[in-house]
Amino acid sequence: MRAFLPDYRLRQAATLDEAVGLLADQPGTWRPLAGGTDVMVQLAAGALAHRQYVSLWGIRELRRIDVDADIVTLGALTTFSDILRHDVLRSEFPLLGRAAADTGGIANQNRGTIGGNIANASPAADTPPALLVYDAQLELTSVRGRRAVSYERFHTGYKQMDLASGELITAVRLPRRRGWHQHYRKVGARRAQAISKVCLAAAALVESGRIADIRLALGSVAPTVVRAFGAEAILRGAAVGPEALERAGAALASELTPIDDVRSTAAYRRQVAVNMLGEFLEALPR
Amino acid sequence: MTDNQVQISFTINGDAVTVDVHPMARLLDVVRQQLRLTGTKEGCGEGECGACSVLIDGELVNSCLTPVIQVEGASVTTIEGVATGEQLDAVQEAFIAHGGAQCGICTPGMVLAAVSLRDRNPHPSDDAIRTALAGNLCRCTGYMKIFEAVRRSIAGSMAQ
Repeated sequence: MRAFLPDYRLRQAATLDEAVGLLADQPGTWRPLAGGTDVMVQLAAGALAHRQYVSLWGIRELRRIDVDADIVTLGALTTFSDILRHDVLRSEFPLLGRAAADTGGIANQNRGTIGGNIANASPAADTPPALLVYDAQLELTSVRGRRAVSYERFHTGYKQMDLASGELITAVRLPRRRGWHQHYRKVGARRAQAISKVCLAAAALVESGRIADIRLALGSVAPTVVRAFGAEAILRGAAVGPEALERAGAALASELTPIDDVRSTAAYRRQVAVNMLGEFLEALPR
Repeated sequence: MTDNQVQISFTINGDAVTVDVHPMARLLDVVRQQLRLTGTKEGCGEGECGACSVLIDGELVNSCLTPVIQVEGASVTTIEGVATGEQLDAVQEAFIAHGGAQCGICTPGMVLAAVSLRDRNPHPSDDAIRTALAGNLCRCTGYMKIFEAVRRSIAGSMAQ
């Protein structure tokens, strides 16, 4: 049944200061609402348990992309369309663009935000694996100030985050790096709009036929998006070839913890994840 | 004004309007029920089908997922604002000419998705057209005719 609107409160924050001020007011009372593409779905379904929101939409300082020498900073309200339109992100962070293009249709990409995608904390979200591959740092802001947290350590369990009461995700920082081979693959029921059954974002630095460094991150195979540290450890330093692939594939299969659900089965997800890793490794230069 | 009832001012199809409304009301409901512009349809109500598409400041958006507070000061275009008086837009003409509408529920959203594509990319490839329409579902499955209508009206000379 649809939600009864008078049960809900929504207040517009004009500035970031006003937003974090409200979030600090009676801790836990107010929650942020960004583009609305997740929260409004729950509202329409009558499944939105929390009742009080502060609208961030329109806070200009949160919707920006700053390019510095070593780092690109995305304000939390950067939309998927903003990502797709940005030249530096397109050329240096292609996995992010691929993920953004796979996040719903264009109408959702015009409203869905990177901060909202992170805070919604779905293990099946499309952009988080790319953020893991890029060693993203999150900037969290509260009335007490700002702190940085490594995105790799941000999701602590299913829908659990290292986000204190009153803290808001305000920016995502991506260190710039060159020369990595990058790969993205999402498998869903269909190409457009579908939520993933399995998703892989991967990058490797290859020097004379050896994998000097590597990042593997997956969605929909664990309670959170995850780095595949076991497979990475086997591949780091290994020669590109079938032997490394076999050992890494076995490690990957054992470290993932997928489940059976409406979209797929654990067995399918594990097998496809291994196949995706193979697809990535086979394309690396020998 | 409380958090439960606010005045939101915006323009809709060029006309300035102010509505008294709950700030979290869906733009879809405000458009259909308060402004009586019923060309915008509700399909899935969860951002999957695109039937409720409108343009906000020129950007294609699902109005079922838009809390009305987001359109304060914005310019909203619904399907009623696509034609100029009695003069249909070229996309609308092409939907008629090529049988792009069957039951018609998806048509307003399809037309707006196509208009939005034309604004961003006046000469789209076939792939770009498919991507632009991928967020709009047609339960009559008349996709080929819809695709053809969009291709002829936008890509124009390159289509045969």
